[in-house]
Amino acid sequence: MTQTATGPPPTSSPPPAGPSRAVSAPKPRKRTDRAMSERRLGLMLCAPAAIVMVAVTAYPIGYAIYLSLQRADLRFPNANKFIGLSNYSSVLSSSLWWQDLWTTVFITVVSVAIELVLGMALAIVMHRALVGRGLVRASILVPYGLITVVAALAWKFAFTPGTGFINNWFGSDRAWLTQHGSALFVIILTEVWKTTPFMALLLLAGLALVPDELLEAAKVDGATSWQAFRKVTLPLMKGAILVALLFRTLDAFRVFDSIFIQTGGANNTESVSILGYNQLLNRLNLGIGSAVSVLIFLCVLIISFVFVKLFGANLSQQRGES
Amino acid sequence: MRTLRGVGALVVIGGLLAAGCGGGASASNGPVEINWYTAPQPGGSFAEAAKACSAASNGKYTITVQPLPSDATAQREQLVRRLAAHDSTIDLISMDVIWTAEFGEAGWVDPWPKSRADQIGQGVIPAVLKTGQYKNRMYAAPLDTASQLLWYRKDLVKTPPKTWAEMIQMADQLPKNKNWIEVQAARYEGYTVWFNTLLESAGGSILTKTGKVALPTGPTEAALKVIKDVATSKAADPSMSNNQEDQGRLAFEAGNAAFMVNYPYVYASLKADKPKLFPNLGIALYPRVDANKPAKVTLGGFNIGVGAYGKHKSVAFDAGTCLGQPEQQVLYAVKDGLPPVSQALYKDPRIVKAYPYADLLLQTFSDGSTRPVSPAYNDISLAVQRTIHPPSSINPTSDVGALRSKVDDAIHSRGLL
Repeated sequence: MTQTATGPPPTSSPPPAGPSRAVSAPKPRKRTDRAMSERRLGLMLCAPAAIVMVAVTAYPIGYAIYLSLQRADLRFPNANKFIGLSNYSSVLSSSLWWQDLWTTVFITVVSVAIELVLGMALAIVMHRALVGRGLVRASILVPYGLITVVAALAWKFAFTPGTGFINNWFGSDRAWLTQHGSALFVIILTEVWKTTPFMALLLLAGLALVPDELLEAAKVDGATSWQAFRKVTLPLMKGAILVALLFRTLDAFRVFDSIFIQTGGANNTESVSILGYNQLLNRLNLGIGSAVSVLIFLCVLIISFVFVKLFGANLSQQRGES
Repeated sequence: MRTLRGVGALVVIGGLLAAGCGGGASASNGPVEINWYTAPQPGGSFAEAAKACSAASNGKYTITVQPLPSDATAQREQLVRRLAAHDSTIDLISMDVIWTAEFGEAGWVDPWPKSRADQIGQGVIPAVLKTGQYKNRMYAAPLDTASQLLWYRKDLVKTPPKTWAEMIQMADQLPKNKNWIEVQAARYEGYTVWFNTLLESAGGSILTKTGKVALPTGPTEAALKVIKDVATSKAADPSMSNNQEDQGRLAFEAGNAAFMVNYPYVYASLKADKPKLFPNLGIALYPRVDANKPAKVTLGGFNIGVGAYGKHKSVAFDAGTCLGQPEQQVLYAVKDGLPPVSQALYKDPRIVKAYPYADLLLQTFSDGSTRPVSPAYNDISLAVQRTIHPPSSINPTSDVGALRSKVDDAIHSRGLL
């Protein structure tokens, strides 16, 4: 054991209990010159990254907020003026925004929920596979390697009467993409098919963290495999599950490609991203479009906030338990 | 025990060499390079025309084709971003007929000088010439045009229907899954085209001459009723509300459809894909809404405009004039199936050979209608699509009011669409 000059009075601390648990160093009460200069060096090393981040993310966000307060339309360049919050009021008072928001939330919740269950199953398969592990993992990851637009088109053709195989299988002549419910089903199916492997990959990382000894101990105590999964594996994976959910929720909330390709937003299948695209790139109405984008950004912030709060709460809970 | 927590971030910022966008004259006396932004045609007629005009200019200019995406929405997206940023490399632009007012109002294209415009307009089908005009100036010179005809199965139907009502009635009596009526009713631009055709055929229009909301009650109701009737008839394609031009063509080629309103490209396609079905292909004028008034089918096609920020605008006008000449139009028609804009060409044997139904085309173009001429056209089109989609849920009487108020919002670029 080495002791630093700045450390607090030595206390004989026992060695760390868990194999994967990191011990946080006790904090020094006052900073010495050396600590100060290390801190300065750290800041300087961070600075280039921070500056690049500001340039590529903070500036566009700031500019979008600025534009959202203007009447700004590329087609009428001479009519630009400051109009305060009226872009926001026209977005928020429009039934279209709320309708699209609920559609987006619905697609997000349903697809992420299905992905979590399927992803967990796939993760366990990948984790347990004894033979051909590489092959199993690679084949599970294939859909994730496809470009979303390609996947969306493939499913669109599959579900189109005449060109697709789905109707042949079930002997129906349903036009899936022309009705609200069935179109949403196809969109969600595409999303799930495409991104379940990603979910599985994140969960697999979590599964790898569960020590085998604990599972064996549970088995010795007479737990069934379902009990072991629920009482041992799941609690230990909570962190990984939450991260996976957060990533996928943020992703799913911004769903664009599948809807754009499959229905173009018709039959009430429009997501908020398509709405923003229509205002910005189709109408060239930068003011309203930016307001929509800022609102989407706020939604994403709220989702992250909720998750991170949940996340934090669970972490401390975990600590309390151990 | 304390480990040093070192945070290291190594960011290598590669200096971006801002390559100048090229273009412009290379030498002071050499030919000026004129960039023509257009969707390249698969038959290569645009490239050939560019070459022919460059050669004919005697070293004054060389036209370089700058390829744009194949669908018009994607073309517009790219062009407006560049033009809004005052891109000086854009000399000539192939402009979809619906962009005229938008590009003109924003000052992205220069109006053609009066004397030139008068000269170019001679012999051009008047309805087609109008598609390039805004506020009494010509912003885009006609290049090619497009419009729809009625395609039907001669073996199923003896005489083609004259009106929509007649067509629906005929289709209802044909055997199931052979009787579909193919229209463009997905929620996209083609749906606005269909509505506009029906409305104009019924004697109405979306906007007045001064750019206010028109949508007169009688004709609007009549147009909406046709859409609703097709959608709720037994002959509706089950995928109707998600169908664009090509899905209709495929259904027709598969033998499911007895009728289809579509562009002439389906003729060559059917000939190549289904030689057995081809002899049964009947061609007729677009069905009417009112039995006593000819259908006024919406005109499409491309015109050519001169970018406002280009460095060689007067040369660009020369080059653009050359690209619109009848000789070039024949190239576009024969090699790429883009119908010509000069009236006289419809008697030219080369055109008659390419379009055995050239007389029907000329009549359709001459009676043709334009979509609303407004800088906010895209908003108007979105408003129409949103209000009357899906087709089966239309209520002809109550939707007129909703349509008017949505289009009014669109004109003033208010609200969400």
